Amino acid sequence: MKMLYFPGCTLKTSAKNLEKTAFAIMEKLGHEMVEMDDWTCCGVVSSLSDDDLMRHLAPLRSLIHVEDQGEDKVLTLCDMCCNTLKQTNLRVKEKADDLETLNAFMDQENDYKGTVTVYHFLEFLRDEVGFKTLKKMVKNPLRGMKIMPYYGCMMLRPREVAIDDAEDPQILSDLLKVLGADIVDNPFNIECCGSYHTVEHKEIVSNRAHRITNFALERGADAIVLSCPLCRFNIDVRGKEAEKLHRGYKQIPVYYYTQLIAIALGLDPTVCGFEQHAVDPNLLLKKKGVYRK
Amino acid sequence: MARKQLPKNKEISKIVFKKGELVKEVEDICGENLFGCYQCGTCSAGCPYVDDMDLTPDEVIRYVVLDRQEVLSSKTIWLCSACFTCAERCPRDINITKIMEALRQIILRRKIDHSYAQKTSKKEREAIPQIAFVSLFRKNIG
Repeated sequence: MKMLYFPGCTLKTSAKNLEKTAFAIMEKLGHEMVEMDDWTCCGVVSSLSDDDLMRHLAPLRSLIHVEDQGEDKVLTLCDMCCNTLKQTNLRVKEKADDLETLNAFMDQENDYKGTVTVYHFLEFLRDEVGFKTLKKMVKNPLRGMKIMPYYGCMMLRPREVAIDDAEDPQILSDLLKVLGADIVDNPFNIECCGSYHTVEHKEIVSNRAHRITNFALERGADAIVLSCPLCRFNIDVRGKEAEKLHRGYKQIPVYYYTQLIAIALGLDPTVCGFEQHAVDPNLLLKKKGVYRK
Repeated sequence: MARKQLPKNKEISKIVFKKGELVKEVEDICGENLFGCYQCGTCSAGCPYVDDMDLTPDEVIRYVVLDRQEVLSSKTIWLCSACFTCAERCPRDINITKIMEALRQIILRRKIDHSYAQKTSKKEREAIPQIAFVSLFRKNIG
């Protein structure tokens, strides 16, 4: 299957490894992932004011370009992009007046017809590929790894655009079970990581990372797996900084789910770009003998 | 409820509403009915930032309803990062996240920004993902 892909800014800088692994997985699964032409920043946070349509322009423009390329599906890897695109898509589908205003405003672009469906990569793996198919392809099961899935906010809330249950999500656990890992449950796995406060309030974010990770540690977790590039930065980098704030605290490695799929499917580990992480994720994989053939 | 000492901000304290206008403007921007809130505190119980806030989210709603305009100087409205946990759990189906945004917008639309991101060091600027900056600017700069 050919899937159009909307990257977003961070996938081209601090989350290059997330993009690279996703491309490698898609190739291994026999699907083609093609980066769309003419994408722009999605705006990251969707507008919450009812009377402000301006902030829906950026995501809508990218959705129009998906239609221009003759496609009706678009894949996203970043949780923030996925959420923003989905919320704008929903709003213009529900409110015809708003769509008319936005279309009239962007007179250089074609009108948006509302045919596009936005997919999160995880959603695609679950619904289109199927975790069962993945299971059959696992070469290096993640045996003995105790992993806490961390969902964050943007793939679960608001519920209209969620890819799983907002209070009791299972999608990452289901995926990890298929890959052979043990799941460590944690009530904090749906709590905010600190989001953009990482710019101005580093300590608040470090404390959040500590709180989330510490609970996982108490339950015996070796690692955290997540999906959003901002959550990765906050828990990995700010969590590492929390070691100075909390005595005896040690940050555990943080993986993108795509990296663990790539490892489990037996792809070359260099595709994972582990050097972009603050806590080396390689050590644990070697310790648990996942790499051993 | 004892009146809490909130941080003073010269520019923000210049924003003055006539009686009943504040709640009206909030409702106009966010489209939520603040009078529907029965102060159960579910939003505050689940809020990940509540420890650092000066007013809890349910207090913010009460302040707006009671026309206590000092709510605009509260730290709370800037600490909310729109994680939607409160909105998801509210038994009255009030989207508190949108109320926080409306309060921010009331200030931002009067050309008062709330960001000192330019003080971020070069090293930090290069390390932090862009999505953090873009969302900060969208939330804290008008």
